[in-house]
Amino acid sequence: MVDVIRVEHVTKRFALRKVKSLKESVFAVARGQANSERFTALDDVSIEIAAGESVGLVGPNGSGKSTLLKLIGGILAPDAGRVSVRGRLAALLELGAGFHPDLTGRENVYLNASILGLSRSETDRYFDDIVDFSGIPERIDSQVKFYSSGQYVRLAFAVAVHVDPDILLVDEVLAVGDEPFQVKCMEKIRQFQREGRTIVLVSHSAGQVAAVCDRALVLERGQVVENAPPRIALGRLRRDYGDAIEAARHRSDLEGSAYRAKLVSVTLNPGTERRKGEFDLVLDPGDDLVVAGVIDFEVPTPDWQVSIIVETTLGGLVFGTDTDIMRVDTGIGNGVTPFRVVFPSLQAGLGDYVVNVHVRDAEGLDLDSV
Amino acid sequence: MSNSAAESRAERLSHEPLREVAVARGFWSGTLPSWRAVWGRRELLLLLTRREVRARYKDSALGLTWSLVRPLVQLLIYWVAIGRFLGASRSIPEFHIFIYSGLALWQLFTDTVSTATTSVVGNAGIIRKIHLPREIFPLSAVGSALFNFGIQFVILALACLLTGSGINWVTALWAVPLATLTTLVWGTALGMFLAAANVYMRDVQHLVEVGLMVGFWLTPIVYSWQMVAGAAGPRIAELYLANPMSLAVMSLQRATWVAGAGQPVPAQLPLLTLGAFAAGLGLLFLAQRWFDRMQRNFAQEI
Repeated sequence: MVDVIRVEHVTKRFALRKVKSLKESVFAVARGQANSERFTALDDVSIEIAAGESVGLVGPNGSGKSTLLKLIGGILAPDAGRVSVRGRLAALLELGAGFHPDLTGRENVYLNASILGLSRSETDRYFDDIVDFSGIPERIDSQVKFYSSGQYVRLAFAVAVHVDPDILLVDEVLAVGDEPFQVKCMEKIRQFQREGRTIVLVSHSAGQVAAVCDRALVLERGQVVENAPPRIALGRLRRDYGDAIEAARHRSDLEGSAYRAKLVSVTLNPGTERRKGEFDLVLDPGDDLVVAGVIDFEVPTPDWQVSIIVETTLGGLVFGTDTDIMRVDTGIGNGVTPFRVVFPSLQAGLGDYVVNVHVRDAEGLDLDSV
Repeated sequence: MSNSAAESRAERLSHEPLREVAVARGFWSGTLPSWRAVWGRRELLLLLTRREVRARYKDSALGLTWSLVRPLVQLLIYWVAIGRFLGASRSIPEFHIFIYSGLALWQLFTDTVSTATTSVVGNAGIIRKIHLPREIFPLSAVGSALFNFGIQFVILALACLLTGSGINWVTALWAVPLATLTTLVWGTALGMFLAAANVYMRDVQHLVEVGLMVGFWLTPIVYSWQMVAGAAGPRIAELYLANPMSLAVMSLQRATWVAGAGQPVPAQLPLLTLGAFAAGLGLLFLAQRWFDRMQRNFAQEI
């Protein structure tokens, strides 16, 4: 395979400047304050992407994924390392960047196409296609400031996908327009993939990455922490998110609750071994799922609840229940208390699942979770 | 069929070299690639220039006529206030032609410098999202200023011919292009330098306004060189001639202000102006190198 994008040991730092005017910086210098803080957005990142691949960049906000995309696009320059590409590159980073509200749709198509790197004769050739794809031929000669926001992005998207790139960089823009138009956009992306174009996609939508990409890179704090097929990579991201969400909720709930409890252990179907935090449990359709565990209550806790939620690795809810819904009278929990919940004859599809177990007090505030 | 399309694309790409993105270039060796990149996007430059021109007067009933109103009103004010009240027109024959020659060229300079200064920040949306040779933005500001000057110049030439004061054709042959080019290179060089500086420090655009106001009065537009030479010592006069716009304006006046043919001008005016032009070219080279260094961080600073 030919690699079309090669990122070698790239580091990118940002200076977070606190001031933007002469007066402020004079004062800052006079007071002996540092004018900026350094922040490492990407730390020694190396990746290679082959021709025809579709790669998703995922990660929490501020993890450096958009920075990486901009470095590939040449919009930012690396502080260290090299970024090299092969072939024609186009970026779908922000739709309608360069649209001028006072110009007509037609004028903006030519201007935008030129910004994206099409020559005038190429634009002439594609013009009818672009208008056709946008689905708003009747408005092409009116000024774009009179367009609805939907029409605006449709026209912008239509221009962008006609640029004929070898490499397409996409940043969070696939979800534009109404549903039929979104279907059209996805069709276009699939067509690009069939034509062997390389796509690099930054998205917060796990579903989108799973649908489009053959590979996903998870970035966290400026480093690539996972490079795997989307299902695995997104699972990892999901777990990291889950931890962060849980930690945040746990902290706030603990402050709100007068009770303290700990999940000492949780086991799935008897005899299942646990390795590196993952249960080695394979169920066939129709099998039972047994979730059992031991809770240690520090103080007597009336009407305690256990909640069990099963999700896909992408974060979709499969099913869940708790002792409140099941109308189980738990009584007062005190000291070490075992529990056992059985989900009889499950009918779940093939795939990996995540089981979340929570202990709550009577008001539903989380005391502990696994 | 689609697979063969993919294969042929991969096949073609395998023959293309890997090219480094956002490569840092040397001080001397970077000039040619930079200007070549701008030349490669000349179609876009033209479109952006046209956008500037069109968008400025779109939706106004008088449209382009507005670009004439400002200098004409200025002309009227200076003609009345300075020419009549202060009596400058007594020592400057054909005062209206004299002022308009200077105003037109000065307008080219201010338009270039002030629109170029804000051009990069004004196009933040594009700069943050798409890779382009960023020199295009100040250059498109220069383009639209030049377009306006074209109109002004036609008016000036018509006025000279219709009022019967005429044009000194022989002088015009060297003076008009030299004055225009000198103004352009200085305006572009300053504009490019200031555009990059403005990204990091927004005070620049306000500083520019003040600077241009001072510059206006340091240039013989509403008063003549004769008055300066008469009032100031030779040292000051020499310093005054260090202003490239003074030289450019006086050169243009040689051509269009026929009534002033007998008025004194600095010795070696054509040569001095040529020198200013050459110095402007040098400055433009430096300004572009500075711009090129600064633009590497535009996307994150803007």
